[in-house]
Amino acid sequence: MSHQTSHSYLEANARERLQHLLDTGSFEEWLPPSARVMSPHLAQLDAPVAFDDGVAVGRARIDGRIVFVAAQEGGFMGGAVGEVHGAKLVGMLQRAILEQPQAVLLLLETGGVRLHEANAGLIAVSEVMRAVLAVRAAKVPVIVLVGGSNGCFGGMGIVARCANMILMSEEGRLAMSGPEVIETASGVEEFDSRDRALVWRTTGGKQRYLLGDCQGIVAESIEAFRAAAITAIDACQTLPVALSLAALEAEQALLRERVARFGDCADPLAIWALLGVENPEQLPMLEADAFLAATAAHRLGVPA
Amino acid sequence: MTRAKYWQQIAAQLFPQGHQIVEQDNFLSGTAQVGDSTLAVIGTTEHTPIGVEIALAQATAVLQTVRDHPQRPILILVDTQGQRLRHRDEMLGINSYMAHLGKCIELARQSGHLVLGLVYDQALSGGFITSGLMADACYALPNATIRVMGLPAMARITKVPEERLLELAQSSPVFAPGPENYLRMGGIEAIWDGDLAALLAQALATAVPVDRRAATGLARDGRKLAQPVIDAVLAAGRADAAATA
Repeated sequence: MSHQTSHSYLEANARERLQHLLDTGSFEEWLPPSARVMSPHLAQLDAPVAFDDGVAVGRARIDGRIVFVAAQEGGFMGGAVGEVHGAKLVGMLQRAILEQPQAVLLLLETGGVRLHEANAGLIAVSEVMRAVLAVRAAKVPVIVLVGGSNGCFGGMGIVARCANMILMSEEGRLAMSGPEVIETASGVEEFDSRDRALVWRTTGGKQRYLLGDCQGIVAESIEAFRAAAITAIDACQTLPVALSLAALEAEQALLRERVARFGDCADPLAIWALLGVENPEQLPMLEADAFLAATAAHRLGVPA
Repeated sequence: MTRAKYWQQIAAQLFPQGHQIVEQDNFLSGTAQVGDSTLAVIGTTEHTPIGVEIALAQATAVLQTVRDHPQRPILILVDTQGQRLRHRDEMLGINSYMAHLGKCIELARQSGHLVLGLVYDQALSGGFITSGLMADACYALPNATIRVMGLPAMARITKVPEERLLELAQSSPVFAPGPENYLRMGGIEAIWDGDLAALLAQALATAVPVDRRAATGLARDGRKLAQPVIDAVLAAGRADAAATA
C-alpha cells in the first residue's frame, strides 16, 4: 500500500470512512440526509439536529462482496444512539435477515445511549442489540469496526460484543463506562481520566486483542480496515455464525478464567506480564505488525 | 425473627405454590412453581451494581437452564443501579461480560425458552439492557424506578439545565423516569398492579419471542418515529414497495 492511498480512520468522518472502505461508488444509502429523517426530541432541548441523525446505513460492495453497512458519525452528539438513529440501524439489520448479504459491517463510533433522548435511546440500543443477534441467527455474520476518536462505549460497547468479530485499531477504544464517568462516580484514585496512557492500556485495541475481546488489530488507516474486513468476511463463511450452546460455554469458560487469573491485577501491564509477554511496558509503543509479532503466542480468545 | 426482604415479599406474591430461590451476594437464582410447570428464576437484589462476577453468575444460571432443562420458562427479576463503575471491571472488559449475559438469554429464547422480565424495584441503563430488556416481554411493578441516569448527571452531560429537564420530564415520556413512560414507549409490556401470580400466569401464556417494542411504542403514542423509520429502511429503494420516510 502506498502512502498516497492511505487515509486515517481516526480522523475521517463516517462518510469518508465509507468512501474508502467500500468499492468506489457502490454505497447505496437508505434514508440519506436528503430524506431529512431527524430526531423529534432535540428541538425541545435547543440542541442541533442532523439530517441523517448521525448514522448512514445502506448496501454496498467490498471487493465485490455484497454487504449491508452502517457508519456512526462521532462528530454528531458523539455518535450516540437516539430513537431515529437506532431505528435506522434496526431497519438495516432486519433487512439483512430478509435479503441475506454476505455480511453486515458496523462502523461504530459512539458513547452509547443519547442522553438527550434518554428513555427512547435506551430502548433503541436494546432493539439494536436484539436485531444484531437476530441477524446472526439468520446466518449473516456481523463484523464491527472500532477506530474512531470517540471509541465505542456504553450500551453499544455491549452491542459490539454481540457481533461475530470486532476489528480495532490501537487507537480504537472499546468499553462500557467512560473514564470520566468512573472518575466522577468513584474518584480520581479509582480511574484518572487524564492519564491517557492508562486509559489506552485499559480500553484500547491492544488490551482488547490480548484478552480475546477483539479478533483483529489493524493499522490506523481506512485501507487497513478494508483489508481486514475482507479477510474477516471470508473467514466468517466457514465459521459458525449463529449463537450456540457450545460457543457460549467456551466463552463463559474464557470469561471465568479471566476473572480468576487477572482479577487481582491493578493495571493491564500486570495482565500482559502474566500472559508471558516480554517487556510488556513496550507494547503501547509498537506498531500493529510489531505488536502482532510480539504477542502472537500469548493472546487469549475464542469467537462467540 | 427477621422481616422478609423485599424480594422475598414479591416472590411470595408471585409464587403462592412455593419457590426455591436463594440469594447469594445479591444474586438470586432458583426455581418456582407456576401451575403444573417449573420456572427458572434469575436476578439481582439490593440495587446491586452489575460487575463482572454477578453478570457471569447470571449467565451461568441461564446456560445451566438451557443445558439441563429444555423449554423451562425463565423469569428475570431486575433490581440494579446499573453497571459497576470501576477501573477493574473496565480493564477486564465488563462490556464482554454483559454481552455474554445478553447472548445467553438470546440463546435461551432461540432454544425455545419463554423469557420474561420483571422490574420489581430499580432498573438502570446497562444493567437493564442485558436483563429485563432482553426478555420476550418485560413487566414492572407500579413503584419501580426505570431510567438511564439521574437528572442531575444527565444535566451535567447534556449541558441542559436541570430545571429544564425537570420541566420536560412532566410532559415528555423520554425524560421522566418511571415504568409508565417505558410502557408508553413499548419498553415495558405492562405494569403489574394486583394479583401478581395471576398476572405472571397470563404473561407466560401470551409471551412471543419477537421484538415488538417499536410497533408497541407507536401504537401507544410514546415513540412515534422508531417503527416508521424501520419500515422506511426496509422499503428504501425497492421497486415493490413505497420508499417514504
